[in-house]
Amino acid sequence: MVGRLVVGAHYGVRDWLVQRGSAVIMAIYTVILVGWMLIAPPADYAAWKTLFGTGWMRVATLFFFVSLLLHAWVGMRDIVMDYVKPTWLRLCAHVFIILVLIAYAGWSVQILWRT
Amino acid sequence: MLFRVYRYDPDKDAQPRMQEYNVQIEHTDRMLLDALVRIKEMDDSLSLRRSCREGVCGSDAMNINGKNGLACITKLVDLKEPVELRPLPGLPVIRDLIVDMTQFFKQYNSVKPYLINDDPAPETERLQSPKDREELDGLYECILCACCSTACPSFWWNPDKYVGPAGLLQAYRFIADSRDQATAARLDDLEDPYRLFRCHTIMNCTDVCPKGLNPALAIGKIKTMMVKRSV
Repeated sequence: MVGRLVVGAHYGVRDWLVQRGSAVIMAIYTVILVGWMLIAPPADYAAWKTLFGTGWMRVATLFFFVSLLLHAWVGMRDIVMDYVKPTWLRLCAHVFIILVLIAYAGWSVQILWRT
Repeated sequence: MLFRVYRYDPDKDAQPRMQEYNVQIEHTDRMLLDALVRIKEMDDSLSLRRSCREGVCGSDAMNINGKNGLACITKLVDLKEPVELRPLPGLPVIRDLIVDMTQFFKQYNSVKPYLINDDPAPETERLQSPKDREELDGLYECILCACCSTACPSFWWNPDKYVGPAGLLQAYRFIADSRDQATAARLDDLEDPYRLFRCHTIMNCTDVCPKGLNPALAIGKIKTMMVKRSV
């Protein structure tokens, strides 16, 4: 194995598409939300709560968070692949990042659906 | 004209150093290579590669005032003084401005930069339509000077795994060739988080190419072909 060029892992396109797709979803959400804030800025806590209490806003925000986490996964994995060379350490870093991102996903759901 | 040139002889020097040269430029000296030849006359211990002196062989690629380029087609009047000359970044230095290109050519070799066609050879050439031939414009002109790959941070971090812009431009040159029959195998070989997808489209390659080529566009086209066949 030493010095041998290992070629064609046969994955990569899917991750690349996920990164692009999630970026588009985040951009659309951000533009709409910023536009909304400019047109009708919520005046107080109750207004914020009403805005994020609607079903479509919760679903849209969940889409945003899922996109953010998928985007972060590809980005973080790329950073680890560039800078963490020992295989065992890289594997540990990957597992740690995945666990943290899953925890964030659960936390996002809890925040959005908290009454 | 004032030059600061990277000097390093691994056999003698513990550390690389920058050496200053004040060069009397004659009216016939137009390009940076002319000045380097004058420096070489002053100090013959300076080592550099050069051959064709007209931007075709690619041997005098170096880092000129922080940007990779060919000394022979870089105009002296365009350079800010002191002109700082360093070897191409990211490759091991053999001596002064000469780098070891082994890794670069290993990656170039890995994309099988030749036509693969199992049909019996015809009596005349394998002909292409003018439209098919046009596909190769902007690809075949690459002179393998390594300016692009050595300007790419992804190639700096993973020169053994990432093909690099020069290799990928060459890969697409054969993927795009109507006479080549190994498109699927070539795409299979490149579908890899390292070999192709280390490219994050920062486009240093396109910015520095002394031949005005666009490796980032070629890489984008390879990615598009992969998406097309997988969705």
